[in-house]
Amino acid sequence: MAGERDEAPVKPRVLPCGDAAVLVELDSLEEVVGLAAALADPLPPGVTELVPAARTILVRYDPARTDRDAVARAVRERPPRPPGERAGEVVEIPVVYDGPDLDEVAALAGLSPEEVVALHTSGEYVVAFCGFAPGFGYLTGLDPRLHVPRRSTPRTRVPAGAVGLAGEFTGVYPRESPGGWQLIGRTERRLFDLAWDPPALLRPGTRVRFVREGA
Amino acid sequence: MAGEIEVLKAGPLTTVQDLGRPGYADLGIGESGAADRRSFTLANRLVGNAEGAAALECTLGGLAVRFTRHTTVALTGAPAPARLDGRPVGLNAPVQVAAGQVLRLGLPAVGLRTYLAVRGGVAVPPVAGSRSCDLLSGIGPAVLRDGDRLPVGDETVGLPVVDVAPVPPLPAGEMVLRVVLGPRHDWFTPAAVATLLGEPYEVTSESNRIGARLHGPPLDRAREGELPSEGMVTGALQVPPSGQPVLFLADHPVTGGYPVIGVVVSADIPLAAQARPGQRLRFQVAR
Repeated sequence: MAGERDEAPVKPRVLPCGDAAVLVELDSLEEVVGLAAALADPLPPGVTELVPAARTILVRYDPARTDRDAVARAVRERPPRPPGERAGEVVEIPVVYDGPDLDEVAALAGLSPEEVVALHTSGEYVVAFCGFAPGFGYLTGLDPRLHVPRRSTPRTRVPAGAVGLAGEFTGVYPRESPGGWQLIGRTERRLFDLAWDPPALLRPGTRVRFVREGA
Repeated sequence: MAGEIEVLKAGPLTTVQDLGRPGYADLGIGESGAADRRSFTLANRLVGNAEGAAALECTLGGLAVRFTRHTTVALTGAPAPARLDGRPVGLNAPVQVAAGQVLRLGLPAVGLRTYLAVRGGVAVPPVAGSRSCDLLSGIGPAVLRDGDRLPVGDETVGLPVVDVAPVPPLPAGEMVLRVVLGPRHDWFTPAAVATLLGEPYEVTSESNRIGARLHGPPLDRAREGELPSEGMVTGALQVPPSGQPVLFLADHPVTGGYPVIGVVVSADIPLAAQARPGQRLRFQVAR
């Protein structure tokens, strides 16, 4: 190449991931959520699946219909969807706030348990990505005052429906599993059923509100 | 229902597979499906099924099944010696089976996974749109056990039209797999990348449908630190802190937190899925 000059890195970084996917790397979870929403509606030609994660979106494509360069172009040309513009209904999840870690979360946050509940029910959340277990959605939008560390010792058994917090995320355990999140409540709402299509209530981009129930 | 398959002996690991359940990775559910799709789809074509009809994936032979009705079956993939009521039958060809006959598979001398398709398909109930047994999530039909009875369906797309399909033999020695470097090869030293492309890696016995654990010269990191979990694909060579890569196969986790140094190209995944413990793999950059 003539003229040796440093080129500014093209954003976002689009990394090769075999011959049928690219990994798009972003700087923040907010960027992941905004770009994943933009790419999902509609999927660029030849793109078959998006897998958003904490700082990346895996974009799978059909190499018979498109190629890495075309996908990279589509990724860079889609303007990310701003947080206010998310479409779709809000899923309401009724919660009984009697979790075993509610007092500890309140102590860590320097708040009363009542204030923790008020903050948790005041926010609107968006499913950034799913993982850990089928149907487990990582919900963003948690008030920074509720950003608490995981439990130092994970529980070997967290019941289905447990509502928890960890770091910048809140979420609901779809089925019984081990888990290290701080548990502040529980819901009767089912989150995952293989008989449903799709089988999960929460998918990336879904908006969520928690509503306080009695007890 | 077009009869049943009675499982007399399930062998070390036999599962029902189809082409998997794509499209749910963003919910945390992997694609799963036949590990060697080339052999799997050939088996279905040989019996006049749609390519994605459910069939049996038998690991290292050992399967014995009885068919309750007359049917047509085909075996593909790892060439397990096969006998129908004691009479040897060939691979990659439609085989006529009379009601009550027993098909037995021995141990293949090369390869790992043998596919048994039955005309009309295995008709266990689909889960989330697929009849694949996903060993990682536990979704789909259970691993086969002695005494199981599997319904055979009646969905076909035509009649068997070939006597035998020409299929190149599986390599008995080293296997060469083409890789695309990345997405995280820059997390490794240049020497590690050169090692991956220069030295053989042996498939260990701790390998399954989730992934093949490989053993060879360790791949050293150029940088420390944690990678936030990110989406994983079939064929990914994920490198945990031990430096020994894992080659992800059909039931791989949807996301993972260890860096991926390279990804085996789609066309070579069926071959990778036939690599048996003790076999050596060599990786070369895809052109």
